[in-house]
This record gives sequence, C-alpha cells and structure tokens, in this order.
Amino acid sequence: MVRISSSTDTPIIIGTETEYGISIKNVLEQDPVAASTLVVNVYKDRNLKKITWDYDQESPFVDARGFMSECENQQPNKEENTLINDVLFNGGRYYVDHAHPEYCTPECTNARDVVTYEKAGDLILHLSRIAAEELLPAEQEIIIYKNNTDYKGHSYGGHENYLMSRQVVFDDITKGMIPFFVTRQIITGAGKVGSENGTEPAEFQITQRADFFETEVGLSTMVARPIINTRDEPHADEKYYRRFHVIVGDSNMSEFSIYLKVGITAIALKLIEKGVIGSQFDLVKPVSQNQMVSRDLTCKKNVLLEDGRRLTPIEIQRSYLDLAHKHLQPHEITSVMEDVMTKWEFVLDQLETDPMSLDQHLDWAIKKRIIDAFIERHSLNWSDSRVRMMDLQYHDIRPDKGLYARLKKNGRVHQIVDHAEVVRAITNPPTDTRAFFRGSCLQKFSGDIHSASWNSMVFCTDGSSLDKILMDRPHFGTKEVVGDLLKNCTASELVEAVLSSNANKE
Amino acid sequence: MASEKQQEQQEQQEQKESPTQDHTDNAQPKDEVTTKGREIKDNLDQLLDEIDEILEEDSEEFVENYIQRGGE
Repeated sequence: MVRISSSTDTPIIIGTETEYGISIKNVLEQDPVAASTLVVNVYKDRNLKKITWDYDQESPFVDARGFMSECENQQPNKEENTLINDVLFNGGRYYVDHAHPEYCTPECTNARDVVTYEKAGDLILHLSRIAAEELLPAEQEIIIYKNNTDYKGHSYGGHENYLMSRQVVFDDITKGMIPFFVTRQIITGAGKVGSENGTEPAEFQITQRADFFETEVGLSTMVARPIINTRDEPHADEKYYRRFHVIVGDSNMSEFSIYLKVGITAIALKLIEKGVIGSQFDLVKPVSQNQMVSRDLTCKKNVLLEDGRRLTPIEIQRSYLDLAHKHLQPHEITSVMEDVMTKWEFVLDQLETDPMSLDQHLDWAIKKRIIDAFIERHSLNWSDSRVRMMDLQYHDIRPDKGLYARLKKNGRVHQIVDHAEVVRAITNPPTDTRAFFRGSCLQKFSGDIHSASWNSMVFCTDGSSLDKILMDRPHFGTKEVVGDLLKNCTASELVEAVLSSNANKE
Repeated sequence: MASEKQQEQQEQQEQKESPTQDHTDNAQPKDEVTTKGREIKDNLDQLLDEIDEILEEDSEEFVENYIQRGGE
C-alpha cells in the first residue's frame, strides 16, 4: 500500500453539494419536506431501493479548531433512511436535506469532472421532477430552482469540498482563504436582483449569498453563516486528511463558472498547503467587504487590507494566480489545472477591461445582460415583479422553461463539457476515485449491499451478517486497481478478498 | 495587384449600388461589425420574444409566494 509522505502529495479530490429550491404550483399549501421526499424517492436508477445511508460514519459537529459542538447527531430510522436517501450508480448521493432535495457529486479528481457530475445532478433532478409530477393531480407542477435564496431571507447552499492534508494548520486555511473567497465572487457569483437579510440595498448584485454571511469563522451553516466553515468531518482517514467544507459560494448554472470556481479554489488550497500565502492578503472587516464586492459591478472598487494596501478584487485574484505560476512545480500541474489557469487569466483580463464582456461565461454577467435587455424592451425598473421572476427563472432546471437553459439552447453560453458526457455521468461513476468502487458495487451487487456512505460499503451477502468495507482513501478503489476484480467476482468473493487484504496489511 | 483604374471602377460600382455608403479605408470591417451587431441584436430580440412567452405569467403572485426554509 502506498502511503502519502508529505503534505503536497495529497491528491486533488473535489465534490460539490447542491440544495435545490422546490415549489409546487397550484397547490393549496406548500409542504417542501413532502415535495422533496417525493422527488428524491421517485428517482430510481435501479429496481430495488433498500440500501440505506450509513450514518455511523458521520460527525458533522466536530470543529476543525479542535473541539466538538454540543449538538446531537440525529439518525433517521431505517424506513425514513430508505425514503430520504439514495446512493447513486454514479457514486453520488441524492437525499432530502431539511426541506430541500440535495444532490452530491461523486468524488472527482479535477474541475472538468466536477462540471460533468454536477450537471448530471441537474438532469437527475429533472428526471425526478417529471416522474414525481406524474403522481400529482394534473394541474400541479413541480418547479425546481438551482439557486440559493427565496429573496425573503431564507438561503440554501451550494457547497464545495476539497480534500486536504491534515498537516495543514487550520489557521493558515482561514488566513489564506478569506481574502480569496471575498474576491473570488467576481468570478463565481450567480447574480441576484435586490438585497435581503437587512443588508444595504442593491438593484443587482454579483452573488446570491453575500447577504447571508455574518461572521468570519464558525461551525454553523444555517445561522450567522461564516465565510470559513470549520466542520471537520473528513469522510476519510482523519490521521492524514481533512475535508475543507466551503459554504460561501453560489450554486452555478454556467459550466464555465462551476469549472473556474472549483478549479481556482483547488489551486489556492495547494498554495496554502505549500505555505506560500500566509497573512499577506489579510482584509479589514472581511464580512462587510464581502458584501461590498458583491455590490460593485465594475469589480474595481478597492478592498482594504490590514497592512494598509488598497487593491481591487481583480488584483488580489491575480496575485493568487501569479503565486500559482511561481510555486506550483510543472509535475504538479495537470492538464486541467493548466487550462483552469489560462481561463482564470482570461477572465481577470476581461473583468479588467469590461466585466459585461463575460456575458457568455459567468453566471452573473449572463443574467445581467439578459435582464438589462428585458428591462429596456419593456421599460421596467429593477423592482418590477417580472424582473424578479427572471432572476428566479434563470435557475429553473426545466430545459423548456429555465432561462439559462434557453440561453444555452440558443448558443449564448460557453460550455465546458458535452451533453453526451453529462448523460453518461448520470449512471457511470468517475473511474479515478473510490466513487468507482461505490458506483460499480451498486450496479453489480445491489441486492447484497445493506448500506453505504462516503467512506464505507456495508455488504450483507448471506442474508444475516454484515461486513463493512472502509474506504478511507478517496483516491483508492479506482478502475485501474479494482476494475478486474469487480468484473470477475461475486459479492461474497469481493468482500472476502478486500477484508483479507486489509487484514494482511494490519 | 489591382490597378488604380480597377479600384476606381469598383468604387464607382459600389457608389451606384449604395449611394449613402461611407467609403473610408475601413468601410469593409465596419460593414462586418454592423452586420454582426445586427445579427446579435436579432438573436437577442428573438430570445426576448421567447422569454416573454415562457416567463411565469403571474409573476407578482409567484415571486411573493416562493418561500423556502433555510437549508444546509
């Protein structure tokens, strides 16, 4: 077995979680929990749904700052567990989170795969929506939005996850990533008409989420949201890894936005692992500057640094890019990373010249361009309900109704991946992470699996006893390593082979 | 290389076809820009027609009633 030897050897593993907004049209009373449960439960990529989520592997209240929050880790009973959880053939997870349907991509090794699998999630939601609607009275319509707010102070998240070395001091992540996130939004924002949560008024702002971030660092994801979330639940061997859980971003429709969001963030985290960021970009009052950046559509208003410097968000992003060019060794830069860096530079150059020139690339600029044209055509103002409707409908996942989808159909947005790849990703896991093992086992041994989670597969091959296979290395279980074994064995042979191999290692 | 005479003839021809056309050195690129600009505008107009068609009709009521519980 290969052991990692130093912090910079940590493989790149990325995954995203999307909570979708849900509403049923022509219903007397909205019940988002029931609607979410219906949508999630109706989706089937296999005939039998009896596999549960293995909650024993979860620890959402462990804080990366070295303590444990006093919250109870609630586990649903078996029936509820089956009803609200689905482990997907593609290695991802589809479930009901509070009052939203949520889709998590499988673990990916690069930004391009994240785009493919996140877009596959949008299609899974779309297929679920169609199947669920058939069970409802004809006049009722299920509407699902991939956005982050109801514009009335209620936000739901689009989270990102990055595997990191446990050797990195958490304080270095906090220092290095706050300025990165505050300025990253000029690239990753999904755009929003208006403001909420008691913040300064705005006709249009760059992000959906800036209004909801009230603290710098913390464990909570639901109240007083922090720019840096300290949840320390690695879903992997905690001796070697941490999972950096990012809650500050927007959910993106644009493939280009998703690609750069996760691509540049993974690069920034590599720089932090290398210890080259430090405190050089520390910001004065980052929470209020975060809201200010979101409201500056020129992207050129200065941000104030602790050392007295005043830099534009573009300049700060360019500094991170320059550090990446300087400190990443050629062998560390994959072809996708190289492409991400080229596109990162292109976007910063365009933002410098004219942010609206990115009206085929970045969600906020795409959205603003089309709303501007609509406002001009109908002589409206920004508070008109049709303008607010356009903002919401931009995120509608239906190909015929969603504004983003229509722009895409009309060739007005830049794409990163082929539609055929996205369709394939609905049922096929990535081949280069443990998601391959998870997804392949589900496809081949569905009847022999009792439960699963990010780092476990529990088999029941004899109808009574349970065997748990732990997958504590997210970059193991790839097609290259387990492909042949999976092809040629039965479930009990697989369990025996893996468990005896683990016993030998110990 | 086109002779001056040929060039002159061509210019006269163009003048006949479109008397109001601006005959500066960069006339051709300008035309291209105009055509491209018009195409983009037509395309945008068509898209705005589509949006007029698909935008939820009862937008006021719809936007007001869209209420979610916080998640995450």
